[in-house]
Amino acid sequence: VQNTVQHVLLQAEDMQQQIIRETFHLVSKRDDNVCNFLEGGSLIGGSDYKLIYRHYATLYFVFCVDSSESELGILDLIQVFVETLDKCFENVCELDLIFHMDKVHYILQEVVMGGMVLETNMNEITTQVDVQNRMEKSEGGLSAAPARAVSAVKNMNLPEIPRNINIGDINIKVPSLSPF
Amino acid sequence: MALKIVKGSIDRMFDKNLQDLVRGIRNHKEDEAKYISTCIDEIKQELKQDNIAVKANAVCKLTYLQMLGYDVSWAAFNIVEVMSSSKFTYKRIGYLAASQCFHESTDVIMLTTNQIRKDLSSPNQYDTGVALTGLSCFVTPDLARDLANDIMTLMSHTKPYIRKKAVLIMYKVFLKYPESLRPAFPRLKEKLEDPDPGVQSAAVNVICELARRNPKNYLSLAPLFFKLMTSSTNNWVLIKIIKLFGALTPLEPRLGKKLIEPLTNLIHSTSAMSLLYECVNTVYIDVNTPPLPSLSLSLCLYLSLPPQLCVQKLRILIEDSDQNLKYLGLLAMSKILKTHPKSVQSHKDLILQCLDDKDESIRLRALDLLYGMVSKKNLMEIVKKLMLHVDKAEGTTYRDELLTKIIDICSQSNYQYITNFEWYISILVELTRLEGTRHGHLIASQMLDVAIRVKAIRGFAVAQMATLLDNAHLLTGNMQRMGICEVLYAAAWICGEFSEHLENPMQTLEAMLRPKVATLPGHIQAVYVQNAAKLFATVLKSQEGNTDSTAAQETSQLMIDRLPLFVQSANLEVQERASCILQLVKYIQKLQQKDVEVAEEVSALFAGELNPVAPKAQKKVPVPEGLDLDSWINEPPSESESEDEQPKAIFAKEEPKHSRPRREEVDEKELAKRREARKQEQANNPFYIKASPSSQKVYQEAPGVEHIPVVQIDLSVPLKVPGLPMSDQYVKLEEERRQKERAEKKKKEKKKRKEKRSGRGKKHDSGPESEEDITPAHQVDIVTEEMPEKSSKHKKKKQKKEKEEKEKKKKKKHHHHHHHSDGGGEEAVQNGTVEEEEPLPVSVFFCFLPLTKVYDIQGNLQDGSQVVVSVIFENKCDSFLKSMEFNVLDSLNSKLQRPEGSGPHDGLTVPFQLPPGVSNEARFVFTVQSIIMPQKLKGTLTFIVKDSSTHEKLDFKLHFTCTSYLITTPCYSDAFAKLLESGDLKCSSVRLEGVNMPFHHLLARICFHHHFSVVERIDSCASMYSRSIQGHHVCLLVKVSAQTVSIDAKCDEPTLLGNVLDEIKQTFSQC
Repeated sequence: VQNTVQHVLLQAEDMQQQIIRETFHLVSKRDDNVCNFLEGGSLIGGSDYKLIYRHYATLYFVFCVDSSESELGILDLIQVFVETLDKCFENVCELDLIFHMDKVHYILQEVVMGGMVLETNMNEITTQVDVQNRMEKSEGGLSAAPARAVSAVKNMNLPEIPRNINIGDINIKVPSLSPF
Repeated sequence: MALKIVKGSIDRMFDKNLQDLVRGIRNHKEDEAKYISTCIDEIKQELKQDNIAVKANAVCKLTYLQMLGYDVSWAAFNIVEVMSSSKFTYKRIGYLAASQCFHESTDVIMLTTNQIRKDLSSPNQYDTGVALTGLSCFVTPDLARDLANDIMTLMSHTKPYIRKKAVLIMYKVFLKYPESLRPAFPRLKEKLEDPDPGVQSAAVNVICELARRNPKNYLSLAPLFFKLMTSSTNNWVLIKIIKLFGALTPLEPRLGKKLIEPLTNLIHSTSAMSLLYECVNTVYIDVNTPPLPSLSLSLCLYLSLPPQLCVQKLRILIEDSDQNLKYLGLLAMSKILKTHPKSVQSHKDLILQCLDDKDESIRLRALDLLYGMVSKKNLMEIVKKLMLHVDKAEGTTYRDELLTKIIDICSQSNYQYITNFEWYISILVELTRLEGTRHGHLIASQMLDVAIRVKAIRGFAVAQMATLLDNAHLLTGNMQRMGICEVLYAAAWICGEFSEHLENPMQTLEAMLRPKVATLPGHIQAVYVQNAAKLFATVLKSQEGNTDSTAAQETSQLMIDRLPLFVQSANLEVQERASCILQLVKYIQKLQQKDVEVAEEVSALFAGELNPVAPKAQKKVPVPEGLDLDSWINEPPSESESEDEQPKAIFAKEEPKHSRPRREEVDEKELAKRREARKQEQANNPFYIKASPSSQKVYQEAPGVEHIPVVQIDLSVPLKVPGLPMSDQYVKLEEERRQKERAEKKKKEKKKRKEKRSGRGKKHDSGPESEEDITPAHQVDIVTEEMPEKSSKHKKKKQKKEKEEKEKKKKKKHHHHHHHSDGGGEEAVQNGTVEEEEPLPVSVFFCFLPLTKVYDIQGNLQDGSQVVVSVIFENKCDSFLKSMEFNVLDSLNSKLQRPEGSGPHDGLTVPFQLPPGVSNEARFVFTVQSIIMPQKLKGTLTFIVKDSSTHEKLDFKLHFTCTSYLITTPCYSDAFAKLLESGDLKCSSVRLEGVNMPFHHLLARICFHHHFSVVERIDSCASMYSRSIQGHHVCLLVKVSAQTVSIDAKCDEPTLLGNVLDEIKQTFSQC
């Protein structure tokens, strides 16, 4: 198979839940001071594949790649992806990702396409994402204003609105990553 | 009407959007499933509405639910609806949903073809982008075939954003529809030099992936990549290229030498280094560490960089405190281990140290390396260390991995490194005490193997197994340990089969007949029952010797008492064996009561020894006369199965007639070659039992038992170890034994020296202990059918032979390589447009074919009168070719564009030289006045052969077909219909008889070879469109009935049409 770079959320079929569970199980029990590579997951497709992950606060970003990819390169790609998220969401936090999974996907699609690395230049990625978001806005977006208002009203009675609870900001420690 | 709209928007107000859904799910943690099922019901309602916004919102929510693991395939059609919305917002949602939910078996995918085609040619680049992204996730062979042309056109889109995506998705298209590789390849190659770095990177990406599957087809691109490597600053691209070279260098050793310089430049030049580090990983690498592992390591192997040097550098990486570097260092080390085991072995200390690392990934890598590191000397030490790890390990996965590794290491190449089998048996027994391992059967098979093949160890093994059986309750204590109870299978069998070695057979017999046994798995019980009978025979034998006959009768009674338990077993095998044996024992008891001695007869039941069968026993069976094992039984499969994406393969498929007859006249040489190849394959095939290299002899006489060598062993270690063994003590014992041996050897050698060593004495001086000096305490019965006895002389001969063979092989390889470079001439690379292999004049100086040329003519979109001809020159001779000049005799209609200031008859210099075996591409631009007629241009190529410094000339003809002036242009059915109605077009038609191929293949062929695109297809009827570079419309209506294809065509230029039709006809007459 080709260089499958999969975001954990992009895996296929009925197996995907099981794969995600196993991956999470494997990754989450690892200390912070061990290496970022992981082999031997029985579900990820054989010995040619390995998991490469990075851990940010409460979030794990896991890519599953085969031997045609450079390990350090992928680590860097994850960094690029996270920084892009940070730019597009303006100080991204976990809740942004939870509530806007669709947007996360659109951003990921500018980085990885069909399991192959598409673009590694962060500026290029953000530009394209921005243009597309502007197009969406000019079309009026998916949910027009009234719908928003109603959903706000609907939520008033709910016991817990997690909007203000900020579980773990993503810390980005690498400020100067030169473009590819 | 207005009311309806208002109503719709009010409805919408109460719809949940994605955020509401997520929030809802988070608020219903306790009854999530129930909440989601109500949500799905709502979504179903929303999907029924006409409002596309509502539908899109619903699909967006479905995508999220799909991610949570819910099946949403029922909404596939709605997804297609949303995809076809004209608004970008909705379209994007639709395509995202499709990329998540669609797969090959989704049937609505068929409906999407036209929609995707429309989106691909949308004026809005983001519509196109979204469609490409979506397509990359769910492309099927059908989609790939239908859309390949559209995507190919997009590869030259004005926007780099689209070019990049189109290039990348081509890889997916190639995978699904390999035939598209051929026509797309020139353009893909062109993209390697695209001004946009993103597009370039995508092209490199695709070609590297292709090359990974089949490197040899991409050797010709080496010069181009070489250029890229020295010029590119994009590290992604660099990494990919270097990885590609890693795959190419084994095929073309000369490449390695060429690469050293640029690579060392990359590695050593500090500015480049810092750049590399900066870009690839700022956090993980500091500037002082040695070269980037991912970049340079895979290559170090193949380059003439001595592996020691490479390993040295790796060592620095592994010693680094950064865990990632450590991991990568070990990973690269294991690659080197395969080719240069020696140079890695010296770093054993480091690797053992890594075994203690806290990180499991690193420990696993180190374990992998251990396999190649053991020797007779250090095996015990390493395994001891591993055993310690086994005790400490937490996770079962890691422990199981350790267990298999221990067994792997010990059993590799016929237990080559084991010097003391008692030690090994005790290791195996210790392993049985592991909690919850899955590998009971592995341990069991090792026990059986060793006990059967190492005769000297049987006494010891049987004693150990008896203890195991006695303590079986420890193994089967809790359910978790069920995996390990497999060893009882081995234990019971060994105790039964070799019961004569048992100290106290009666006790073991009792242990085997305990009621608890009935809880074991059926196949183990069956072995218990059978072997209880064997034991019974042994016990009887010992008891009948005594004067007291009651003991024997009591034993029979014990059997009769206990066996009924097994007769009731649910397992058929157990039941059958138990009832059979029960009856037998009852009969024996009757005889015993009559004071008849039965022991002899009972043991006769199980008499005879099982001998291992030689791995090559089959070879000894003479081949019956008249049976030719090399002849084909069925038609041989096409030679190039695995090379689907290889351009040549396509050609071969298209003209099978050419390759068939060749196969029938296979000569002896060919047969020998095949035999060799098969042997090679068998050697690499784990399912074949390997033959040792000197097994060519064929034995005439039938094999007897006397052929099986029996190794006499005398043991230097006392065998008796009470209780369960501790493997540790063997390490000490072994040490002592070796010392003793060494002392003895020294003595002998001294003697020898005194007797004046004869010239043949080749033993090492007794300095430090060397590998050969350690003689095993036990020997494995390795059955070779070769020689009745294994004399040391024979062994030496064997080694020598091996060496010779290796050398021969090397030579052969070398030779073969040469062949490859000059044995050309057979492949005319076909391409979609126009192709023609030049009939090469065989001059006096060139009895071999010096050059092949393949060319591809493409119309230039920007200029209606320009045609670009790209010519691939391939040097097939042994000499270096230089100063190539390309010249064409201009006609009135077509002229070669020459640089300003040169005369009309001057040739153009080809901008490169050709080393032997290399091919390269040059492009020439022609100006064409009229495109309605095909034409042929005569030309010559002159060049200088370096060795002989002679000028050589090669004549060729360039064939400009009308097809080559056509450009694939998408067209919509409405526009197409208008065009036909306009009445400006002239009509013509053609019939093709006897075309025997599926309709879609036929269409694909017209599309690829003649640059058409399918406008519409209904059953066996399709309309197609293309445009010439000067703007002529060409419309086709293709119909198929039976084997007849009729093509009705319309075009505003009848001459052009006639010629295109002729060319189509020709294409199909060739197949």
